[in-house]
Amino acid sequence: MLLSLCIYIIHAFVNEKSLPSQLHTIQQSSTIPLTTTAATEMPSEGGEKPEVGQDQAPAASTKVDWIIKVLRLLAFLLTLDATLVMALNKQTKTFTVATIGTVPLRATLSAKFQHTPAFVFFVVANANAALHNLLMLAVGFAGSKLSFKGLAPLAVPVLDLVNVAIVSGGASAAVFMGQLGRNGNSHARWNKICDKFESFCDRGGAAMISSLVGVLLMIIICAISIIRLRNHYGYNKLALNSSVLP
Amino acid sequence: MSLSKRIPMLLLRLIALGASVCAIVIMVTSRDSAQVFGMNISAKYSNIPTFKYFVLVNAIASAYTLILLCIPSKNSCGHMILVLDLVIALLLDSSISACVAIGLVGKKGNTHAGWLPICGQVPKFCDHVTGAIAAGFIAAIAYFLVVLYSVHSVMNLFAPRA
Repeated sequence: MLLSLCIYIIHAFVNEKSLPSQLHTIQQSSTIPLTTTAATEMPSEGGEKPEVGQDQAPAASTKVDWIIKVLRLLAFLLTLDATLVMALNKQTKTFTVATIGTVPLRATLSAKFQHTPAFVFFVVANANAALHNLLMLAVGFAGSKLSFKGLAPLAVPVLDLVNVAIVSGGASAAVFMGQLGRNGNSHARWNKICDKFESFCDRGGAAMISSLVGVLLMIIICAISIIRLRNHYGYNKLALNSSVLP
Repeated sequence: MSLSKRIPMLLLRLIALGASVCAIVIMVTSRDSAQVFGMNISAKYSNIPTFKYFVLVNAIASAYTLILLCIPSKNSCGHMILVLDLVIALLLDSSISACVAIGLVGKKGNTHAGWLPICGQVPKFCDHVTGAIAAGFIAAIAYFLVVLYSVHSVMNLFAPRA
């Protein structure tokens, strides 16, 4: 709930800075030739900075753009870090299993991330999210030069949503598997493994923490992207309405 | 919001409510006991923290849906409701993901960690848990559709149909 409060505050911040309601009233009160020219200007802008036609808030939109880019960079680094740390997570240890007379029998056991399907899903999900964040960063930087029309601006928030869901699922599965490995489960007769493979567990825990913080950042980015959709489609709707005026 | 827009949302929320309540009930009533090698093995959902988390998250989701269905719809809260919907959908998704991970260990065991599967000894418990996870899955999907629909309706994405 603290998270949702945080997101609501960010939404209020985006609301203030981009000032869509003021622009709505300005468009409605202007004369018809002005609205039609504004309407023709609107769809050609596209990209990440929709309100360049008016002088009201181009700088504020750029500020939100930079915030999103910084957050995405952080999320990319965190998910990449989670992927790499978990993928390279491996520990081999030699145990003395039994002693026959004076000769100890030794067995070499290894703990790898592939042994657990939850960790495999974790690695795959975080790799996917890292790639997604990288691509969206590239789109964010190139978007000011290209113009996106129609349904294209919708793709970024929807993909964000999907990736957030996948990574949150992967992170939570890994967290619970890690909890099982750390504490064991006496009722199911499952022994804990973290007392024997400490560095495996520690590295896994670090990867999980980094992934969880990355998920948090991605949720914030997703919320901001969805709220900024209004700038793209809200204006189109208004243009559509004003174009049917006699 | 017009009635034709409200009906799919209402339907989806009702499905989600029903599915999450079902998931809670099925998970809470899952228990089984068996005698293996003279030892008494009893399996309850509360023995495994993941299933407790699953019940908790589904309880939060059903309480939230109930509250939303009871209050009258106000357009001014649309954005806050969208954000809360997103949070609840992600929580549901994480709970079923974790339960599936633990359920796999219970069903197939993990030879590398020396964990034996328990589903052979307590089949009723395993079936109940599988049913609860399926219901939770339906609730998660319903909530994702609710989020997508919320985005569509709150943001007025497309021109209103005449």
